[in-house]
Amino acid sequence: MITITLNGETRQFDPDLNLAQLVDRLGHTGHRIAIERNGEIVPKRLHGETLLLAGDRLEIVVAVGGG
Amino acid sequence: MQDAPFQIADRVYGSRLLVGTGKYKDFTETRAAIDASGAEIVTVAIRRVNIGQDAQAPSLLDYLPPSQFTYLPNTAGCYSADDAVRTLRLARELLDGHKLVKLEVLGDAHSLYPNVVETLRAAETLVKDGFDVMVYTSDDPIIAKQLEEIGCCAVMPLASLIGSGMGILNPWNLKLIIEQARVPVIVDAGVGTASDAAIAMELGCDGVLMNTAIAAAQHPVLMASAMRKGVEAGREAFLAGRMPRKLYSASPSSPTTGMIG
Repeated sequence: MITITLNGETRQFDPDLNLAQLVDRLGHTGHRIAIERNGEIVPKRLHGETLLLAGDRLEIVVAVGGG
Repeated sequence: MQDAPFQIADRVYGSRLLVGTGKYKDFTETRAAIDASGAEIVTVAIRRVNIGQDAQAPSLLDYLPPSQFTYLPNTAGCYSADDAVRTLRLARELLDGHKLVKLEVLGDAHSLYPNVVETLRAAETLVKDGFDVMVYTSDDPIIAKQLEEIGCCAVMPLASLIGSGMGILNPWNLKLIIEQARVPVIVDAGVGTASDAAIAMELGCDGVLMNTAIAAAQHPVLMASAMRKGVEAGREAFLAGRMPRKLYSASPSSPTTGMIG
């Protein structure tokens, strides 16, 4: 297992997971989300080829109600 | 009389009322209120996905499909230019390259008053990065002009503090901003009821943006309808040109001749 920080929380995942697989495990495949990895946005088209690495800091965001 | 089109960046809109999507009881009420308001542009916030919660639960996007509305992602809760820029870059990724955004950089958690220094910094970065920036700011005409010169596509001064419902506290500053502006001026924040929206439009604002005034009303859907009419009435009154104010009139509306007796 590798340890990452996901939306501010420490989490463990299998190694060799890519971002598309992570999104799938979280149940968000097909949802409008955006991912930032270590401060850099990872475009959707690169999710499938971007591997999760130990120590990564991920932010996954959605649009919510706001004024 | 034909009104000039209400254009923001490269698109023309039919409604001059822009609304937020926060603080409603549920998504059904959100949708009903927005339908009653007639708004085409709706603001949304960008927040972390709730990890561990039901990922299949309905979301705002199910009730307000981006295909039916123009989304205006905001930077609510950001207190620095860097946080605001980061948030809007995520919004652009989230919304498939969508460029139209609402920039707001707050200065104080108590009053939610804008930090115009950070706002100017963020605006410069975002405009250079290709965003169409609608910018929330104070009612300072000098800052409003500078934001326009940076390249913001709309300037959005407050009427009064966010969520206060205090109405338009400084119409004369708004008038100065409107007179000098060459981009749309939209009053954003502080509107409390329909007459506030009408006054903003009578001053010559191009539009009004609000959230709490509708969502925190006793009957949000009815207030949304009232706001729609307030904005429309105010716009028509502005175009019609009001009569001059005078202390008294020696010219009654009824004929002075033909009196009985």
